[in-house]
Amino acid sequence: MNSISRRRFLKISGATIATAAVLTGSAKTIFKGSDKINREKVKGIKKIPTYCDLCFWKCGAIAYVKDGELWKVEGNPIDPLSNGRLCPRGTGGVGAHRDPDRLKRPLIRRKERGEEKWVEVTWNEAFDFISEKMNKIKSTYGPESVALFSHGIGGNFIKHMLRAYGSPNETAPSFAQCRGPREVGFELTFGDIIGSPERTDIENTKCLVLIGSHLGENMHNTQVQEFSRAVERGASIIVVDPRFSVAASKAKYYLPIKPGTDLALLLAWMSVIVNEKLYNFGYIEKYGYGFDKFAQEVSIYTPEWAYVETGIEPEIIRATAREMARYKPSTLIHPGRHATWYGDDTQRSRAIALLNALLGSWGSKGGFYIPYSFSVPKYPYPAYPELKKEPLDNPGMKYPFASGEQISTGIREATITGEPYPIKGWFVYGTNLIQALPNRKETIQAIQNLDLMVVVDVIPSEIAGWADVVLPESVYLERYDDLNTSPFKEGFVGIRQPAIDEPDDQKPNWWIAKKLGEKLGLGAYFPWNNIEEYLETRLKAAGISFDEIKSTGIIKSLKQPIYFEDGVEPEFATPSGKIEFYSDQLAEAGFDPVPRYTKHDEPPSGYFRMIYGRAPMHTFSKTQSNPLLHDLMSENELWVNADVSEKWGIKNGDRVKLKNQDGVISDPIKVKSTERIRKDCVFLVHGFGQKSRQLHATYKKGASDSELITKYNTDPLMGGTGMNVNFVTFEMES
Amino acid sequence: MPRYGMVIDTKKCVGCNDCVVACKTENNIPEGYNRDWIVTESHGKFPDIQLEIRTERCNHCSNTPCVDCCPTGASHIHEFGGVVLVDHEMCIGCKACVESCPYDARFIHPDGYADKCTFCIHRVEKGMKPACVEVCPTYCMHFGDLDDPNSEVSQLLNSRKWHVNLPNAGTEPNIFYLT
Repeated sequence: MNSISRRRFLKISGATIATAAVLTGSAKTIFKGSDKINREKVKGIKKIPTYCDLCFWKCGAIAYVKDGELWKVEGNPIDPLSNGRLCPRGTGGVGAHRDPDRLKRPLIRRKERGEEKWVEVTWNEAFDFISEKMNKIKSTYGPESVALFSHGIGGNFIKHMLRAYGSPNETAPSFAQCRGPREVGFELTFGDIIGSPERTDIENTKCLVLIGSHLGENMHNTQVQEFSRAVERGASIIVVDPRFSVAASKAKYYLPIKPGTDLALLLAWMSVIVNEKLYNFGYIEKYGYGFDKFAQEVSIYTPEWAYVETGIEPEIIRATAREMARYKPSTLIHPGRHATWYGDDTQRSRAIALLNALLGSWGSKGGFYIPYSFSVPKYPYPAYPELKKEPLDNPGMKYPFASGEQISTGIREATITGEPYPIKGWFVYGTNLIQALPNRKETIQAIQNLDLMVVVDVIPSEIAGWADVVLPESVYLERYDDLNTSPFKEGFVGIRQPAIDEPDDQKPNWWIAKKLGEKLGLGAYFPWNNIEEYLETRLKAAGISFDEIKSTGIIKSLKQPIYFEDGVEPEFATPSGKIEFYSDQLAEAGFDPVPRYTKHDEPPSGYFRMIYGRAPMHTFSKTQSNPLLHDLMSENELWVNADVSEKWGIKNGDRVKLKNQDGVISDPIKVKSTERIRKDCVFLVHGFGQKSRQLHATYKKGASDSELITKYNTDPLMGGTGMNVNFVTFEMES
Repeated sequence: MPRYGMVIDTKKCVGCNDCVVACKTENNIPEGYNRDWIVTESHGKFPDIQLEIRTERCNHCSNTPCVDCCPTGASHIHEFGGVVLVDHEMCIGCKACVESCPYDARFIHPDGYADKCTFCIHRVEKGMKPACVEVCPTYCMHFGDLDDPNSEVSQLLNSRKWHVNLPNAGTEPNIFYLT
């Protein structure tokens, strides 16, 4: 047989399979060596520690370069976030370097915005163009009229450049479109935010409650690792979700809640715990403020009342409340992350905070730990210019409890109205605003008012298509970045450093910021010649050797206590200095001092509430074109209850379009007809249905949830945009 | 001599596909192909659902139709660990093994040979675990010597309920799923 060449045999193989099988059917099992099989070439393997950029978790990683080619990325075993194991996105990080659709050279728009017609230019030409426009904006309107939308640590140097230029307006969708309501709800209660990575002690929890949070599909690495350990330990898991998530399949109790009624369930749980006196008496006596008034208010929300709203049986509400109380204070009602659902999200998040407070979870092992960071001084830059105008995201403190970060949609609104002062330039770094902000018509309307829009990105994202200038950034495996000192269970510093060269004329963000800064006459703000000098200065001030961290990737600090029981001094930065069961500051501002339930609109007949979430192999809309991750999931599916799809005559795998309440119609999406979702809603994974024609692999693959989010309810406390308020119906192909 | 197998805890697996992508980078599998994959099976009527998520690959069976049908001897059982392998040089890409595998674990690589999971024998021979086992963020995969009663895999099989895929195929698979 060996005399037949492989090529020739392949040609005739279709006809000879059966014959071959017969010929060799009696062949004995053959034992042989593996000399030629997948032998690693030992020569030329380099391991470069860095940290990941596929999402915002920033896991420590090790890039492997074999014979000069990027081979694979693994977790850094000494990294406390990844414990040596990256998530599928991080493992697929190589694909970010290899993506054939990457931006290669700077581009300047040559037709209308959004037409994606460009001229390739040199970096110098691009910087000339940008600086001329920025100087004009500065002289006509003032430097405040340039705003920055930046997501991720890579934006640090561009932030610095724009602060030096004189703008106070910098934001990210991570506040008003994501974590904001949660942070404000917890701050109002405990005087501190949850932060990122979440300070959730899933590793040690005895009872974990997930409300909409779909860990395992939502792939925040440390949380998923700890979740799996909690499952193994037999922790009691309670999952509340209109969809039977992967997490639901691991749960002791699955509560298939009617979407939009979570606050009713939370209030009923609290009433059971209060009325049955199951709360943590000593903890509340010591740290609580306004408990009696709170107890009186919540006691009226009986499980029977909540049943009507939520569809969850009263006995199940009681049983799960008792279950949580049984394991106090090592019970963790998870605060979620993407919390902008219905517009009353701060009050819902506050109810989650209060339920945790009732059980004494905050500061307790198995609840919420007290995180700390490795202290690394900032670079000693000269002082930024004095600001002549306030940030304009929240004029007149319209949203009185917005704090910590600016409201992205507030800056968008100001760009449309020109009030309180005009915004004429946008810098966008690492965030696809077309998918991240609700109602893209408003985003596009705002862009039309700009004199300059610059997008810095690694791929031609949808938002890049609307830019005047597109600057191609190196991917994380090709660049240095700022140090990662995320607050966590242990303090650490992580370094990002290049493992491989850029394939084309891409540049790292620090270089872009410095060169443009110098062009704008801001050279004094960039006293370092290169980022190694910047990093070395910061590290030296923290007592860390640059060479050492370059070789290990991670330097850890000495362990500190992270629970009250281990000696962390309980401090609550609230007006009362205690955990505020009743909030005077909310009452004074005209809001409910204890959360109250409000009903949300329900879908009209023939319509379904559209809910969206995550898949483990993609981050937002930024990884779909990564060839390795695209191979794992190239399009999203529409989850439809099997009875509903049967009624509509839709079969599993059929493609339908979705039409929302405002008549917006999506691209076709494949139906997943399933028992794993309620009948009153449909679900899809966020980030698909992309409209950038330059992203060949992902163009119009699947449907975009965000395209259908034309409606949003604004949270009156902090300006978050509740986006689970859109209803869709099926648009059948005729 | 060891007899290698895998024990996979379906209670912990979340189906994230990390094993799939780790295999692809470790073994340089071309786009559009993969040596391992995720199967999600659900039963029941909402909201009473049972879900099992499995990471699947070549079962490195003890009874190997893929080896038996190979006309060239390319498909073989490796002398170390009982791992089923394909010698790429000897393989003529006839697809007999692809057809014979009841688990659909094999494919023809664009370079013309039959390809499939090797249990990352190149790593195992150096004392490392297969890439998929090493990467799993849920720690649901275990690899080791099924003939050693003290190995982690043997102890898990002794202490937990398990099943194999297609037990009636007579292939005696060496990948076990804890339930």
